[in-house]
Amino acid sequence: MQEINKEKKPLIVAFCCNWCSYAGADLAGSSRLSYPADVKIIRVPCSCRVNPMFILKAFQRGADGVIICGCHPGDCHYTTGNYYARRRMSLLFSMLDYLGIERERTRVEWVSAAEGAKFSKVMNEFASKINELGENKRLEDLRCKN
Amino acid sequence: MQKLETLMLEKAKNLLSSGEVSRVLGWKKGELGYDVEPSVFTSAQSLDNFVYNVFCGANLSKYLVQETKKEGKILVFLKPCDSYSFNQLIKEHRINKDKVYTVGVECQGKIDNYKLKENGIEVVESFDEEVDFVTVNGKKFTKGEIVLGKCSVCEKKLLDYDEVISINEKRSPDKDRFEMVKKLESMTADERYAFWKDQLSNCIRCNACRNVCPACTCTKCVFDNDNSGIASKANSDSFEEKMFHIIRAFHVAGRCTDCGECSRVCPQHIPLHLLNRKFIGDINRLYGTYQAGEDTTSKGPLTDYTKQDVDPSDVFGG
Repeated sequence: MQEINKEKKPLIVAFCCNWCSYAGADLAGSSRLSYPADVKIIRVPCSCRVNPMFILKAFQRGADGVIICGCHPGDCHYTTGNYYARRRMSLLFSMLDYLGIERERTRVEWVSAAEGAKFSKVMNEFASKINELGENKRLEDLRCKN
Repeated sequence: MQKLETLMLEKAKNLLSSGEVSRVLGWKKGELGYDVEPSVFTSAQSLDNFVYNVFCGANLSKYLVQETKKEGKILVFLKPCDSYSFNQLIKEHRINKDKVYTVGVECQGKIDNYKLKENGIEVVESFDEEVDFVTVNGKKFTKGEIVLGKCSVCEKKLLDYDEVISINEKRSPDKDRFEMVKKLESMTADERYAFWKDQLSNCIRCNACRNVCPACTCTKCVFDNDNSGIASKANSDSFEEKMFHIIRAFHVAGRCTDCGECSRVCPQHIPLHLLNRKFIGDINRLYGTYQAGEDTTSKGPLTDYTKQDVDPSDVFGG
């Protein structure tokens, strides 16, 4: 991981649901499991709070990868939120792929509050994948870059 | 077609004079014959301009959102594709059905005015099914060559109406409507990116696709919000166009009846229906075949779920 950070810093935005994945990230921290510092976590009440526009906006502002983490299907704090998010994201990611945007740049993972280790593993994997892909050129807005 | 128009006119006049309806929503003759536009007729005299021919491609259902808020009942003529939009609007409680008298009319496919103008049209000789028009270089065209893209793949049926005016059997589609979507899907990511960059960079952000779309009926639209970042045309980058079109298509996903109005009105000839059809194709593949507007009661695919739905990471097979 250190090598990655030295060479280039990808920017990864992680939308984490308040009830599971955000707590999972917390657990990863308190268990001293590392995950890349390139991952910027945005806390959302539920994975279904993530509007497709949030994802596109993140890319516009220079994100290289966007990952959405929520409770496991069936475990949603709001009972059904992540079922809807699952359908929406399937369609949106498929559309991004259709427009020729690398499909590996977007991802959905289900991480529970007890899965600190999974959170760390997922983020490490995702960060190295994004690092392989390099900078996001296809969905960026030059005016929004510093 | 002339006969059909006469029948429709008769119907409209009868209903107007009996007082059953106070207005008629139909198509109005333009100055040049081919520039037919939607119009509301309020009297028997104004119906002199009423027309129904191969140029009546416009979908009338969206006008009913505003029209049914007014006093009195309105008569509307709906082609098969319009009726799906109509049903979808009923389902979304956007139209007051009690204030509409629906008459379904037969449609054998409409003409794409842009394709026609590209050839330098001089005169329209006939408005009948087999349209004859002469271009500046004297060439004559048959209807098949200039029919709207949506009509060549149309599988839509005449749905429930108060009444139906139809003389001939509907023609079956010549092509599979997902043909182009499948072709794009089989390309490499780079080719697809190049294709869409080329197409979408033509966008002038006139918002015609949004304004005409019968599924886009929000009174406050996200694209009118200056803070959204996608409210205006970006000069320096193609990102905004991509974002606009992804979001526009996403907002109607699961509700789009594939009426093809977006592509029909696009002044830059961007094949916008390909974005909508991608969503329709995915929905059919992942969540079972669904045709928006086929009925007025079923749940849309994005307002529904099953516990066995595929995970986004598995959509592409791993």
